[in-house]
Amino acid sequence: MSAKVVTITSGKGGVGKTTATANLAVALAKTNDKVVSIDADIGLRNLDVVMGLENRIVYDLVDVIEGRCKLRQAMIRDKRFENLYLIPAAQTRDKTAVSPSDMVSLCEELRGDFDWILVDSPAGIERGFRNAIAPSDLVLVMTNPEVSAVRDADRIIGLIEAEEKGPGALVINRVKPEMVKRGDMLSTEDIVDVLAIDLIGIVPEDETVLIASNQGRAAVLDERSKAGHAFTNIAQRLKGAEVPFDELESRDGFFDRILKFGRAGGDS
Amino acid sequence: MKIKGLQDALFITVDDGEWAEVEPDLLASFRERAEFFKGARIALQVGDRSMKAAHLGKLRDALARMDISLAAVISTHPSTQEAAADLGIGRSLPRRDVVNTHEMEGVDTQVQGEQAVFIQRTLRSGNNVHTSGHVIVLGDVNPGAEIVAGGNVIVWGRLRGLVHAGAAGNETACICALELAPTQLRIASHVAVSPSRRGKPRPEKAFIRSGDLVAEEWHMKRTRS
Repeated sequence: MSAKVVTITSGKGGVGKTTATANLAVALAKTNDKVVSIDADIGLRNLDVVMGLENRIVYDLVDVIEGRCKLRQAMIRDKRFENLYLIPAAQTRDKTAVSPSDMVSLCEELRGDFDWILVDSPAGIERGFRNAIAPSDLVLVMTNPEVSAVRDADRIIGLIEAEEKGPGALVINRVKPEMVKRGDMLSTEDIVDVLAIDLIGIVPEDETVLIASNQGRAAVLDERSKAGHAFTNIAQRLKGAEVPFDELESRDGFFDRILKFGRAGGDS
Repeated sequence: MKIKGLQDALFITVDDGEWAEVEPDLLASFRERAEFFKGARIALQVGDRSMKAAHLGKLRDALARMDISLAAVISTHPSTQEAAADLGIGRSLPRRDVVNTHEMEGVDTQVQGEQAVFIQRTLRSGNNVHTSGHVIVLGDVNPGAEIVAGGNVIVWGRLRGLVHAGAAGNETACICALELAPTQLRIASHVAVSPSRRGKPRPEKAFIRSGDLVAEEWHMKRTRS
């Protein structure tokens, strides 16, 4: 098998890259694919925390690159899935400790053993970002339906295209459908209009994400989590399945839904 | 290289190998047969090589100095195709039944024309175009993108970035767009922000009239600026 390297980036901070990386990693592992996630946010690591593995870190990405340990020693197996691994970032160093070619070599070493290599990019457009996209086959651009996030996503897509890693696929995260309907929040159409790249996912704002993350679990494991379902759909699309976008984005108004209930006899 | 005569141009297939080694040989071949190539239009087949716009531009200029016109760059690599498009270089030769373009060298002296930079894609946040001439964009200009032109700016798309026409002080410069909604608009030393508008966007032209920066809907019947 030869892995596909997917980098999750955004430009803007706080839009959900780490959450997405953790959830997509679990969603893909659930389908029995072999997955390794790499935290490329040297100095501000959090993929380990969100995956609930921070207590198990002995070696990290920088130890591997600087030759203090073998690659396998830095790979932490997930608590729930034996086909899922994490290579954590270093917390006491910064982005200059790693170079783009280091990342490419590292991923080349991993390619033969995995189906997916997910790279969690830091925010920004400098070295950390360039490190994260250097090895990638596909870049997922995360954004929120919010003007400054979209502006940064546009910049990032321009940089990705300039590095010939383009065009990338878009995930719109933290959508509040009711606000979109009221016209208080950018719609999918507004965003895709500006960014002009293929859409691969729409993830609703969902409390379950925060709750799960605090427990070191992925929302994908919670059947009731809408965000979890959305991430599962994205994982399916990554694998090539054609999954229609949830009714989240349908143009039905509130009253149409009431009518649907009425016709069906009151139950959905 | 292999040369084939095709219509009124020469189709040249570049040898295999690293471009860094192939290019000097290619240029040397042209120089050796300068008389034969003088005034020629060529289409260069570069295969699946990835070439950036800056590089293609230099190549085109080097050929122009030998009086060779680079009419087309043919490649299967999308970056090369895009770079060619950015520079206004064709990606294929025109077909036989199209008007013979032989006669179109130079500008027709009956209608005075001027050079413009033509960009055939959307400009993203962080892209910028700085030129002393005119700029034409076939695509959108996103917020965060910047165009600074000594001449006019025409955007066949949505202009939502920063635009400065007549940047060297030409107050007769204008800015036209299918949707004129720049973050900031400047002509010569005048600056303005777009007023918020309602309704469907219409093509507009911005220019200076009596010392004020104005934007008016573009009407086909208009004969004066």
